[in-house]
Amino acid sequence: MIGRQVALRLLLAFPTLFGVALIVFILLRVVPGDPIAMMAGVTATPEEIERLRGLYGLDRPLLEQFWAYLGQLVQGDFGVSITRRLPVTELIFERLPATIELSLFAMALAVGLGIALAVAATYWRGRAAERMTDGFSAFGLAVPDFLWGLIFILILGVLIPVLPISGRVDPSLSFSSATGLYLIESFFRGQFDVFVSTLSRIVLPALSLALPLAAIIARVLKSSLAEVMQQDYILLARVKGFGRFRIVMRDALRNALVPTVALTAVQFTFLVGGTVLVERIFSFPGLGNMAIEAVVNRDLPLIQGVVITFALIFIALNMLIDLTYGLLNPRLRHG
Amino acid sequence: MAERRIIQATGMRPLVRPGRVTLGATILALLAFAAVFAPLLAPHNPIDQDLMVSFLPPFWSDGADPAYPLGTDSLGRDVLSRLLYGARIALTVAVIAAFLAGLLGTVLGLLAGYFGGWVDALISRIVDIWLSFPPVLLSIVLVAVIGSGLHSVIIAIVVIDWTRFCRVVRAEVMVQRNQDYVAAAVTIGLGRWRTIVSEILPNVAPLLIVLFSLEMGIAIIVEAILSFVGLSVPSDFPTWGGLIQEGRLYVNQSPWLMVFPMVCIILSVLGLNALGDGLRHRLDPVMRR
Amino acid sequence: MNDMLAIEALRITIAGRNVLRDVSLAVPQGHVHGLVGESGAGKTMVARAVLGILPAAARVISGHIAFDGAEITHMSERERRALLGRGIALIPQDPMTALNPAFRIEHQIVDVLRHHFGLGRTAARAQALELMHQVHIRAPERVLRQFPHELSGGMRQRVLIAIAFACRPKLIIADEPSTALDVTVQRQVLRLIKHLQARENTAVLFVTHNLGVVAKICDTMTVLHAGRVVEEGSVEACFERPAHAYTRALMAATPRYDQPAAALAPVPEALSRDLADEATAWDARHGAA
Repeated sequence: MIGRQVALRLLLAFPTLFGVALIVFILLRVVPGDPIAMMAGVTATPEEIERLRGLYGLDRPLLEQFWAYLGQLVQGDFGVSITRRLPVTELIFERLPATIELSLFAMALAVGLGIALAVAATYWRGRAAERMTDGFSAFGLAVPDFLWGLIFILILGVLIPVLPISGRVDPSLSFSSATGLYLIESFFRGQFDVFVSTLSRIVLPALSLALPLAAIIARVLKSSLAEVMQQDYILLARVKGFGRFRIVMRDALRNALVPTVALTAVQFTFLVGGTVLVERIFSFPGLGNMAIEAVVNRDLPLIQGVVITFALIFIALNMLIDLTYGLLNPRLRHG
Repeated sequence: MAERRIIQATGMRPLVRPGRVTLGATILALLAFAAVFAPLLAPHNPIDQDLMVSFLPPFWSDGADPAYPLGTDSLGRDVLSRLLYGARIALTVAVIAAFLAGLLGTVLGLLAGYFGGWVDALISRIVDIWLSFPPVLLSIVLVAVIGSGLHSVIIAIVVIDWTRFCRVVRAEVMVQRNQDYVAAAVTIGLGRWRTIVSEILPNVAPLLIVLFSLEMGIAIIVEAILSFVGLSVPSDFPTWGGLIQEGRLYVNQSPWLMVFPMVCIILSVLGLNALGDGLRHRLDPVMRR
Repeated sequence: MNDMLAIEALRITIAGRNVLRDVSLAVPQGHVHGLVGESGAGKTMVARAVLGILPAAARVISGHIAFDGAEITHMSERERRALLGRGIALIPQDPMTALNPAFRIEHQIVDVLRHHFGLGRTAARAQALELMHQVHIRAPERVLRQFPHELSGGMRQRVLIAIAFACRPKLIIADEPSTALDVTVQRQVLRLIKHLQARENTAVLFVTHNLGVVAKICDTMTVLHAGRVVEEGSVEACFERPAHAYTRALMAATPRYDQPAAALAPVPEALSRDLADEATAWDARHGAA
């Protein structure tokens, strides 16, 4: 059953992958008219431009270019970065772990915070605490992640400077990572100075990404909990003599989580997309930060590589989410 | 009547608070007022520089100049005037981009939802592909490629956000087309297009108003992001995102430079979200989706 | 003889309207007491008041509820939690919705045992298994591992009965425990309750609208109408010499195996009117509404 579902999703992903490749091709090579002029900048001589054109095969017919490009993609070859003079693939793999770590940490924060808020609002229903969490949800939703980042920089970096606001780890600490996942690796290797330094630098960007999602989770989970709290089995739990907190946490929460996961899973991709700007704001050396650098430097191969990498991550995430729905669904009917 | 039992639903407070639409509409009205009358309200020309009065603090601080109520920036430009003109750009982008995104998304959504079959398959597949890109990155790349400027910002928002309208409209039309009134319209010989435009569209309209309101908030954010990255309008021109980016450079000397435009963006988006959510509850008590 | 439950002149209002008008009843140890009435007669309110789970708008104006000789009318939340599940238990009406869909059956029996007796995992499990035998569930090991949606209605009601008897309570409130089941299963469930009650010497307040059920398993009974006691006494006495016209009308309206459905008589209109007038007169004397 599950195996067949996975196979079907993978099959369906192919046209999407092809579409993604096509869009990137059109976006970067067809629309601007002259990507080489864009890359070379205003100071380039016509000879230079001609040379670059030949180098990137842009003097050939469009269809031929597209086939060549597809062939490269299939081999995982994104070419060589113009500014960094290194294979794009290498650059991407160097930065990818940072973005993955940031995203996962932010997701964990969002889920934890969202659940805590919804539980608090349900437990203190009708009291000031409930209104506070509602207000927070509205605010958390209205303020996008990059503004949260700026707010944190302003408050915790400038006005009350308690946390570092740039980079990934204190530059004075030497840490050579095998996996690129600094937080996990430093913890398991027992280098706690590195761990603390990494943690203090990941908290604010992760929180910026997490708050809007936490607000959504809190909102959906709260209304889901409100519905569950009306159910007969909750009244039976009261009649069993259980306390209110236990009922919310143990008897109600699990039932409310299933529809919440179904409604909020899509939002995880938005969180990952948000890393682009948030990494930039916190000078966090991840994929998104590199993407903006690439755009600013007009580094065409690098832009292309990063965009396609993000698309691959998104497609994988969406597939994962779809599969989760499939797994949750039979239970949803009874939840 | 249903049997009364020991275990039974206890009364529940409605989740909707009546003030939301009012709050949202008020903020939107203020924003529109500021945008339309910016030339009359602004005490100075927003791009006039006067290095003699740079970094003036806002009016409640010591050393403030009443001629510059919210202070001045690094080049001595009046912050209040720049915020007011920034509201113009924000609102212009929001209205035009949300309208065009809505138009494109609605047309495609109507087609996909009404005709189904290969039309739906094609459009849905395109939406899938679109959802495979991080929207922020895509908009940045798009504007970088087609060149910065207000029109590029609008194009970027439309190109990226039409899918929001398309998905919701498609789902709604799929529900509506199975309703009796559509069948009735077809039986009395109304053509397909007439049926879509005169029968289905009016029923989707309330939903569109809600989406439009929410999309305006998103457009304001995207415009701010692009000006923040330096891809929106020329930097001399006051946009909220641009003001944040400038303020960030001087955040230690004068944090207010960054705070004011952030407050403007947050309030606008808060208002538009409140309006959209409030309308959704009001128009559709069951809350779809 | 020792009364497990004694209600004295209980008067409850909801939003200022009388729902219980000085209701008194007593359930001695080891007895099954039927609480009979139509929808809205207030029998559910009596049960909820005993369990301390009245709706938020309900107020106890006067009267007393005593459990095992101790006053419980205005007990603190904390004290009540120690009592519920252990001293007083509930068999709910609808087995389809009263079990938590997210947990296995074992968990839902074990949790109440562990909560009140602080039993270890293995001890609680052994006891749960024993309870499953007592409510005549075949293959109890398997059923314990199942989720509620995997069981039939009758099985679920047996599980709920097991939960109610788990802590050997002195009083059980049975809220129409057989109404949601089909007739054959109904009879088995009633027999099971009667059997366990007799063995454990438990007092049962049996809430129902069905006089046929009362005749089958109750020792004593109270008939409620519009929040007032109109008839009380032993079941034989009430059935042989009903004192109130309303009781007679109810009996005539109760389906019996030996009479066709057409013979059922509705409660006469004049009688309903008289009863309504009496209730109004009561309100006028005691002030309310």
